[in-house]
Order: sequence, then C-alpha cells, then structure tokens
Amino acid sequence: MRVAVHRPFTIGEVELKSRLLLGTAQYPSPDVMVRAIEASRCEVITVSLRRQNAAGGGGEGFWDIIRGLGLHVLPNTAGCRTVQEAITVANMGRELFDTSWVKLELIGDDYTLQPDPIALIEATKVLAEDGFEVLPYMTEDLVVARRLVDAGCRVLMPWGAPIGSGQGILNPYALRTLRSRLPDMTLLVDAGLGRPSQAAEAMEMGFDGILLNSAVALAQDPVLMAKAFSRAIEAGRQGFEAGLIPSREMGVPSTPTLGTPFWQQQAAGKEEGS
Amino acid sequence: MSQDGCLVKILVNGEPQEVGLNVSVDGLLVSLGYGGKAVAVAVNRDFVPRSSYPQTRIQEGDEIEILAPMQGG
Repeated sequence: MRVAVHRPFTIGEVELKSRLLLGTAQYPSPDVMVRAIEASRCEVITVSLRRQNAAGGGGEGFWDIIRGLGLHVLPNTAGCRTVQEAITVANMGRELFDTSWVKLELIGDDYTLQPDPIALIEATKVLAEDGFEVLPYMTEDLVVARRLVDAGCRVLMPWGAPIGSGQGILNPYALRTLRSRLPDMTLLVDAGLGRPSQAAEAMEMGFDGILLNSAVALAQDPVLMAKAFSRAIEAGRQGFEAGLIPSREMGVPSTPTLGTPFWQQQAAGKEEGS
Repeated sequence: MSQDGCLVKILVNGEPQEVGLNVSVDGLLVSLGYGGKAVAVAVNRDFVPRSSYPQTRIQEGDEIEILAPMQGG
C-alpha cells in the first residue's frame, strides 16, 4: 500500500500547515514558552487540567496567555488511569477549552508511562460516540491501532519512546509497519523524541506530524530548539515527499562513467594482466 | 446558602471542607472563591456541565474536583 505523499495535514476537519504540535509544560517561564511556541510556528498546543487554589487565581493567567496566542488547543487527559477518569477529564476539557479535540492519555504502567491499550479502546468508543475528536497516545501496536480506528479515531499518536525519555524512535520497524498498513490515517509520533534528527527520521518514514514537549521545553535554549525541531520536521517531510532512494550495500558511482578519463588504458591494462 | 443551617462534610480537590446542606455547585464555587473563574467540575468522578450547576446539590461525603487550565504535554 502506498502512502499518498502530497495530501494535506488534517486533524478532523481542520487543515494545518505546520506539522509540529507543541506542549506547553516545563518551560523555564511563561515568556520563554510563548517565544518557543512562536518560534516553532506550530498551530496546535497541548494543555491540561489540574487542581488549583482559587486564591492563586485559578488557571486564569495561563489560560489568558494561551487564548492570546490564537492557536488550536488540544487538552490532554494526563494522569488518568481508568476509563471513567479519562472520560470525565475529557468532558471537563471540552467545556473548559471549548474544543472537541482530546489527547487521550491513559497510563497503564507508572515506570514507563506506557499507555493502557485496552482502556484506550474502551474510552475511545465512548468519547467518539459522544462527538469527541480522539487523538490517542498509544504504543506502536498495529492491531491496537486498527481497533482504535474501528472505535472512531481519525488520528493516531504512537509513541517513539516513553514520555520525556528523549530516546528517539525505539522501534522503527513497528512505526514503518503502522505507516504502510494504515496509509490513509493521520499518524503522529507523540513522545520520546529528544533530537531534531529523530523528528526528521519519523517524518521521512511518512508520519504526518510530531507532538513534542520535553525536548523543546527542557533544552538549554527552548526557543532555538523549537525552531530547530520545526525545520527538522519540515525537512523530513520534504524528504519523504521527494521520494527517498532505496539503500544499497554496494557503492554505485554518481558521476557518469561514460567518458571517464584514461578509462581505455586502465581497462586494457587490467585485461592484459588477467 | 444552607436551607436549615446544617453542615455537611465533603472533599474538595482532596481536602476536607464543610458546606451548607443542599448547596448548589454554583453556590459552592462562589463560596470557595472560584465564582466566575475558568474551571470545570466533577462530582464523585462524574462530569457536571456548567448548565447543571444550579440544580446539582452537594450531599454529605461528595467528592468534588474543581479543575483549571494548566500547562500540559
């Protein structure tokens, strides 16, 4: 199956120019966060919901900054461990952020933060039925991916590596398989990337986009790193669209062999010697 | 806010609180200082839409979550 190379990047009905989705957590300051988001030229930012003291102004300050950016907001269900918790937080996010998009995060293992695939499928069925655009943070399992598509997902977000680990793409075979078996799905790599080159690698495989947070927010210069990832993602996508050459074991000359200087003499010499 | 002056014990964001019996979610938010702020509410792990605040009454032992926008990945 061939992946269409020049199709637009869409989430639900929304067509996006930037293939980078950026998280809003862990920046050294709100000002650096805003400058990093602007430098990345991303159009979608992820946010969450948390308990906050009323005395501390609630989440008003942060929410005002986010609204001021005028970007698409993708609320997550980070920290949820059961289907019921995730459904409740998804609904709270829909009301608070006025969007039907949800990054569905359902953790099944605390050490690796590996998503729980069974709970993901169950929660997706309920949320998709209720009109949510569910973007599931998932492992790279092909059959889980198929079940999530059956449950109503139009976007899938397999991990590259555990959240925040910066290890890059640990299972390139599985990601390539997902891409080739689900050629029409919007596929993003979400989590685990540390370097711009790793984002480019995913894009060269034909992934539609990248969701990042730690690699940018925790860099020594988050604003510069946001720009670096943005360019790597564009470069990787262009590489994919341009059509990569197959790799070969042998060297193949790139300079034309026709008209090679001294060729007659060399060849003749070799023939005489053999 | 209380109909008969009785107080009930509830948990708000995991912290014990005492509020008037049968206070609405609206009333609870105002009394806790969240009035008019960007928050979403769940009672006993079920989402309570804003439109249901006036008729949703707080009962003894209710566990209330009041969540606000926050940075996320």
